[in-house]
Amino acid sequence: MDIIVCIKQVPDTTDVKINPQTNTLVRDGVRSIINPFDLYAIEEGLRLREAHGGRVTVLTMGPPQARVALEEAIAMGADDAVLISDRAFAGSDTLATSYALARAIIHHGAFDLILTGKQASDGDTAQVGPGIAVHLLLPQAAFVRRVQEVGPRHVVVERMTECGHDIVRLPLPCLLSVVKEISTPRYTSFMGKVRAKRSNIPVWSAVDIGCDLQRLGLEGSPTWVDRIFTPPMRQGSEPLVATEANIAHIAQSLQQELKELWASK
Amino acid sequence: MGIEIIKAKCTGCGLCLNECPVEAIRLVEGCAAIDEDVCTLCTACVSVCPYHAIRFEMPHMETPDLSAYQGVWVFAEQCRGSLHRVSFELLGEGRKLADARDTFLAAVLFGDGVTSLADELIARGADRVYLLDDPKVADFRDDLYGTALAALAAQQKPEIILAGATPVGRAFIPRVAAELRTGLTADCTELHIDAAGHLAQTRPAFGGNIMATIVTRRHRPQMATVRYKVMREAEAQAGRSGEVIAVSVPERSLVSRVKVVESIVREGIGVNLVDADIIVSGGGGLGNPENFALIQDLADALGGAVGATRSAVDKGWIDYANQIGQTGKTVCPKLYVAVGISGAIQHIVGMKTSEKLLAINRDPHAPIFRLADYGLVGDLFDILPKLTADIRRLRAAGRNPAEAFTS
Repeated sequence: MDIIVCIKQVPDTTDVKINPQTNTLVRDGVRSIINPFDLYAIEEGLRLREAHGGRVTVLTMGPPQARVALEEAIAMGADDAVLISDRAFAGSDTLATSYALARAIIHHGAFDLILTGKQASDGDTAQVGPGIAVHLLLPQAAFVRRVQEVGPRHVVVERMTECGHDIVRLPLPCLLSVVKEISTPRYTSFMGKVRAKRSNIPVWSAVDIGCDLQRLGLEGSPTWVDRIFTPPMRQGSEPLVATEANIAHIAQSLQQELKELWASK
Repeated sequence: MGIEIIKAKCTGCGLCLNECPVEAIRLVEGCAAIDEDVCTLCTACVSVCPYHAIRFEMPHMETPDLSAYQGVWVFAEQCRGSLHRVSFELLGEGRKLADARDTFLAAVLFGDGVTSLADELIARGADRVYLLDDPKVADFRDDLYGTALAALAAQQKPEIILAGATPVGRAFIPRVAAELRTGLTADCTELHIDAAGHLAQTRPAFGGNIMATIVTRRHRPQMATVRYKVMREAEAQAGRSGEVIAVSVPERSLVSRVKVVESIVREGIGVNLVDADIIVSGGGGLGNPENFALIQDLADALGGAVGATRSAVDKGWIDYANQIGQTGKTVCPKLYVAVGISGAIQHIVGMKTSEKLLAINRDPHAPIFRLADYGLVGDLFDILPKLTADIRRLRAAGRNPAEAFTS
C-alpha cells in the first residue's frame, strides 16, 4: 500500500507566551514543529504500512527550512520525503496550495492512499485536504478516527460526526483527513534520525511539478487578506476567595446571566 | 515579490518581528529585513507597523465582469429530517447580506424526503429554496454533495454561498470551492459587505491570536463557512412567502463510489458539546476520574454539557469527544465554567470566544483568572457541591417564587 502523507510545518503554540501586562502574544523564538494533527496522519500511515506493506512518502510545501519537518517524519519511520519549495508559492491560499500539492502528487506517481491531518494548527482552515482530493478527482472522508478495514481496492473507516460517527466505505485511491483519536504518534528513533540526516530529500520547484504559474501565489489565489488585526483580549475581573457568601454571590450572578436562557427551555 | 521594508521609515522598533507568524523578519543593523524564502506574504507585519515602513503591493490584475452572479445562498444542513440550527443563523446573516446587496436570499436543501422542511426556511427569511430531494443524497457523502452543489452553483451563479462550519460543512464546502476554483474562507465569525460590494469575511487566524479580514475580489461565488453559535438566528415569521424550486442536477454529478454503511449516534455525556449553551469543564485539578461526577452535577444543575482538557482526556478520565482545545473541539457557549483548569494556551484557544467565563481554581495566579469574568479561588471539592446546591435552589425558586421563602 503506497501512502502519501501531506504535512505542514507550523509555529509551536506551546512556545507562545502571553505578556501579562499587555495581554498580547509573545512570539519571540517560537520553534517550528510538524502540525500536531499531521503527526496522527504520519503514525496512521506507518501503521498501515506495517500491516499491509508498501511505502510511506511524506510531502510538504514550504520554505527550505521545512526540510526539518520532513527529516522528523523520516526519523519516525517514513520511507521517503519530498519538499516542494519555490518563491512562486508565496502568498498561496488554500486553493493554490492544494493545487500545488496535487501537482506534486501527480509528479510523484502512483499511490493508494493520501492521509492528512484534519487541519493545520496555524491556519485552522481544513481546506487543503479536500482541495487536493478534488484536483486529483478522488473521493474523501474527513475527520476520520479509525481505519477499520483495508482491502486491495477499498477501505472502511469511521468518521466523526457532530453526534457520533459514521462507518464509511471508500474505494482506493482516496484521501482521508484524520483526527487525534486515530493514533498515538511514536517518537523518533536514534536510527531513524541517522537515516533522516543521510536521506536525500528532493526539492521540487513549481516548474518541476508542471504547475501553471498563474494558479500559484497571490495571482492564483482567489482569497486575499484585506486586513489583519489583534482582537481585543478579554479582561478578567479579580477572582474571589471561595467563602460561602462569595459562592452564593457567584451563583446569583450566574442566575442573572442565564435567566433568559433558562426561561426559553 | 510584493513586500518590502522602506528603510528610511523603519525605526527598528521590532514590533513586526513579534507579529510575524513565521519568523521571517530579523533586525539587521537596526532595520527590519524580510527573509523572502520564509515570508508567506500574510501581511500581518504591514498593519502592525506604526511608521508605515512596510510596503505591500498586490499584483495588479483585471477584475472580470462579475455582474452575472446574483443572490445569496445558504446551505441548509439537515440530519435525519431535522434542520441544523446553524441553518437558521445562516439565514439571519444571509438576509442582512442579501439586503445590503439588494438581491434575493436562497436556501439550498439536500436530502431524501425533506421537502416539508422548505416552509421553515422560507418562514425564516429565504426568498427561494433550491430543493434536491433525492434518495442519492440521503446520506452525507463529501464527493457527491460537493459535485451536486458545485453543479448547481455553476448553473445558477450565486454571488455568495454560506455554509455552517460544522463537520459536514467543513468537509464538503472546500470541495465545492475547489471545483468552482473560487475563494473560500473557513470558520468566519463576522461577515459584512464592504464599500466595493465584496463580502468581507473575518475569522480568527494563527490559533485565534489574530483576526484576519479576507475578501474574494475577482472570483464568484464568494464562499464562507460560518462558525456555529456566533451569528443570531433568524426568527420565523408567519405568512412569509417564497418559491420552492426543485432542482435538477446532471446525473453524472450524483455518482459516488462511497457508501455510508452505518450512522451511529453516541449516547451519554459529551453529546452535542458544540451545541451546548453551557459547558462545565474539568482539568487535571480534578485528581481522578470519579470526580468528574462533581462536574456532571454542576452541569446538570445549570443545564449544560461536560467538557475536559487534554490532560484529563490523556489520563483516560473522560472520552476524547469531550476534549476542548487545540487538538479537540472549539466551543463558544454562553457560559463556560473551567474547573481545576490552569489555562494553558492550547485549552484557551478552544473556548476563548465563550460569552462568559467562570474559573474555579486553587491557585490565585492561574492564567485562567486573567480571562475569567467570574473567579473563585479555593478547593474545588468544597466549592462544587455548594455552588451546585445554590444553583439548584435558585433555579427552583425561579420556577416557583414561593419556594424561595420556604428554604
